Amino acid sequence: MFTPVLRFTVHRPCPLLSVHPSRCLVDEKFEVLCQHLLPALQVTLHALLQTEDGDYWEAFGHYLSDAVGSVRVSEDASLGGSYSGVEPMGLLWSMRPVPGSKTGLRLRKKDVFKPTDVNISLYEGHLNEGFKDKHPLASVVAQRWYTAPEVQRVEVKEKGLKGTLFIPPGPGPFPAVLDLWGGGGGLVEYRSALLASRGYVSLSLQYIGLTGDDGKPCIVGNDYFEAAFSILKQHPQVCPDRVAMMGLSFGVSVTLGMAAYSSVIKPKCVVCVSGSHVMPVNGSLADVFDEIKKNVKNSRFDEEQRVIWRDLLLPIPDDSSKKVEMGRIKCPVLLIVGEDDQNWPTSESAEDMKQMMKQAGNSHLLTVLSYPETGHLIEPPYSPHIKASNFILHETRNKVVVLWGGHTVPHSRAQEDSWHKTLTFLEQHLYSNDRVASRSNL
Amino acid sequence: MVATSRTLSTRVWPLHLVKPTRGLVDEKLKVIVRNLNPRQEVTLRCVHQDVWEGFGHYISDQHGTVTVAKDASMGGTYKGVEAMGLMWSMQPVPGSRKGLRTLSTRVWPLLLVKPTRGLVDEKLKVIVRNLNPRQEVTLRCVHQSEDKDVWEGFGHYISDQHGTVTVAKDASMGGTYKGVEAMGLMWSMQPVPGSRKGLRLRKKHVLSPMVFHISVFDGHITQGFSQLTALATHAVERWYVAPGVQRVYLQEKGVQGTLFIPPGPGPFPGLLDLWGGGGGLVEYRAALLASHGFVSFALEYLSSEEINAPTTDVKYFEAAYQILKSHAMVQKDRLALFGLSFGSTIALSMAAYSKIIKPRCCVCISGSHVNAVQRTLSETFQEIAKNVSKIRVEDGQVIWRDIILPIPADPSMKIDVGQIKCPVLLVNGSDDQNLATVESAEDMERMMEKAGNRHLLQVLTYPGAGHLIEPPYTPHHRTSNFVIGKDKVLMLWGGQAKPHADAQEDSWEKIVAFLQQHLYFTGSQAKL
Repeated sequence: MFTPVLRFTVHRPCPLLSVHPSRCLVDEKFEVLCQHLLPALQVTLHALLQTEDGDYWEAFGHYLSDAVGSVRVSEDASLGGSYSGVEPMGLLWSMRPVPGSKTGLRLRKKDVFKPTDVNISLYEGHLNEGFKDKHPLASVVAQRWYTAPEVQRVEVKEKGLKGTLFIPPGPGPFPAVLDLWGGGGGLVEYRSALLASRGYVSLSLQYIGLTGDDGKPCIVGNDYFEAAFSILKQHPQVCPDRVAMMGLSFGVSVTLGMAAYSSVIKPKCVVCVSGSHVMPVNGSLADVFDEIKKNVKNSRFDEEQRVIWRDLLLPIPDDSSKKVEMGRIKCPVLLIVGEDDQNWPTSESAEDMKQMMKQAGNSHLLTVLSYPETGHLIEPPYSPHIKASNFILHETRNKVVVLWGGHTVPHSRAQEDSWHKTLTFLEQHLYSNDRVASRSNL
Repeated sequence: MVATSRTLSTRVWPLHLVKPTRGLVDEKLKVIVRNLNPRQEVTLRCVHQDVWEGFGHYISDQHGTVTVAKDASMGGTYKGVEAMGLMWSMQPVPGSRKGLRTLSTRVWPLLLVKPTRGLVDEKLKVIVRNLNPRQEVTLRCVHQSEDKDVWEGFGHYISDQHGTVTVAKDASMGGTYKGVEAMGLMWSMQPVPGSRKGLRLRKKHVLSPMVFHISVFDGHITQGFSQLTALATHAVERWYVAPGVQRVYLQEKGVQGTLFIPPGPGPFPGLLDLWGGGGGLVEYRAALLASHGFVSFALEYLSSEEINAPTTDVKYFEAAYQILKSHAMVQKDRLALFGLSFGSTIALSMAAYSKIIKPRCCVCISGSHVNAVQRTLSETFQEIAKNVSKIRVEDGQVIWRDIILPIPADPSMKIDVGQIKCPVLLVNGSDDQNLATVESAEDMERMMEKAGNRHLLQVLTYPGAGHLIEPPYTPHHRTSNFVIGKDKVLMLWGGQAKPHADAQEDSWEKIVAFLQQHLYFTGSQAKL
């Protein structure tokens, strides 16, 4: 058997790299630990993953081992790299495409039943590039999942709907969430998969970019969402009086509109991420699109030709016929807002919504989480911050680069904080017994 | 409503229609089941809040249809043609409290289990929230083994004033374990009532996880779980391998076994993993050790015809050690021996006498140095067979611990542990009924004291623990079936569940730390 000449002698350090736990849901933390290095050794910890599209994303931090030759990411400060300071999860949220990648990429999981294997490697020295040509001291795999074991996935096609239902394991019945993504269109499943892993039947609904029976693009009306809500309510594994709605971006317009006006949709609570209430009273999605199209001249571009759309709905109208009447909403509302949102005027909208509800006397239902230096795409925790990305306009099929906004560190903190508060909010309103009316921190 | 069949000879895809799905309580229900097999026996059951049930026994017609309004129920909680029998005949399920009226407070408990995918030696966090305050619940963990036996562990809890149960902090008041036991649901597992006798839970296919289902039930239940509906259930995977661990089956130079290699460029420290007299190829511990950073070689040395040839002796183990040492992914100067039971005896013998095997350290679980030295395996077994009169049988359980007692004074009957040059960690259970390990350890201490190498020995003795000290949270087996030649006996291993579980948890942590200390040291710590 061929025996290569070993570079290591008995006196050469034998470093031990470990990640714990090695298998996690994507919203769970891990600990990366290096041991048995020489003391005060410069090392780089590097994380690498390959997406389903074949792109590579990486993050890295520069560390100095302590007096006993250890580096513990949750306690030690990174001295540089894609993140700095004491950042337990910096190796994930600071990821970006490796040099030489295509531009304008976004990291989004398609097959939620396959894990993402993140390779975490330890290199000697403080490196900034050329990782794939260097030989690491050690390497381990951290596996990240969007689904807990035995979460079920069911395609929904009835009543002209297009969506995916995720069902938690167990007999049920469970509370449920109607999950609406934004203007990017398509069917985005990963947030629903994660909600199901946390105990909610979750229906991820496609509602933008659909084609009608004639093959032409169509914009769905309010009855589409009412049908979706009804299907969810009537599902044998769903508690019919514990159904919530969660929307991001355009999904917020739908969520607030339905909560205020629909006689069919009566959510127990709603979560609105990065959205606005500006839309004609009792209007539909088509109305929001029209409003935006009218103002498309208000698009701006930054120094890198990335399009800023936040002005398209500004100024927030004083005319109350042009906004959802927030006073009509009867359920708790959680608003999540990034103050550096360059895509929608979410801060201004949130402020206006607050005023409307104060005047109407239902502001006790409103909770606003407003995050400084945070952009539009507030995703599940530890997802990389996407400041700008490629976007295809639906009708013209033109490709633009959209500026979403935000700065990486505060945006990542916002993702982590808002997700945990979202889960707490959902649990409080969908799982708690009514007698436990006021709860302190969970 | 659920239609369940008693025997299925052809898979059916029944369509059951219930109408209306929302009605006033004084409206009639229409219940029809279609697409069964013709003349299929089915039960229709109506359940309310997991506590009330009504059910009827039906036989489908020649089209495979049951129409409740027209067909006669032949048994259950009502008989005859009863359109609404499923409702009015409802009664509390077996095991319910007496004199119930319909429950009006429904709970929606949130069961939290973390991690949902973990290594077998990681702790589980189990919390139940949003119960009623002071609600009696049962937490149950169930697993179906590769042999299709069903194992269960369960605890009885009472929620606090917020309706929360935290397994790591609250005391179980009954079930298969009592007291505050974070991992009691795992280590107290036992075969469900009606199972075969003498079972042992051991994973064969280590690249796939063990799947457990953890459920919370209303009330303090001790049996009949499969007839009840849980308030909530989670599926949990427990793995012997971390992601990226490779498994390589080796057949080289007459040696057979499985190599487990950690992820990464390597090279890594390595160890030879030796099981006991049960024989065969046992992989799970080597897989788990590879998940902690060691190339681990699970060696098969008993049971295959080629291996059991009369000449299987020290050369077999030396060849195995050489294969490990010269492997590209192994650091040749950072090797250890790891044994259990007879494997420990082999490890001690190699460490003392072999010119080729020079481990940095040895871990010996439930072993003894009492062994006729320098012989072939079959000669050794023959020697043991001479003492067959010392074997006791009590209550049908075979006790082997007296075979090596009294510990001989004659040095030719014992491995000369005074010649060992590396640190040795002994792990023993005081209630070992299979091998007199505690007495052996005491004798080894005396020998090493005399020889001047006592400082190399570390002994962990666990009161109440038996012979089979396995990785943590493995259920304790006080007895199990054991095959000797053509006979199957019930072997007494010893130990009691709780102290044995504590021993497994504590010893594993110390074993892994010991291996890391001696195999992963930096250069400046090389001196022992």
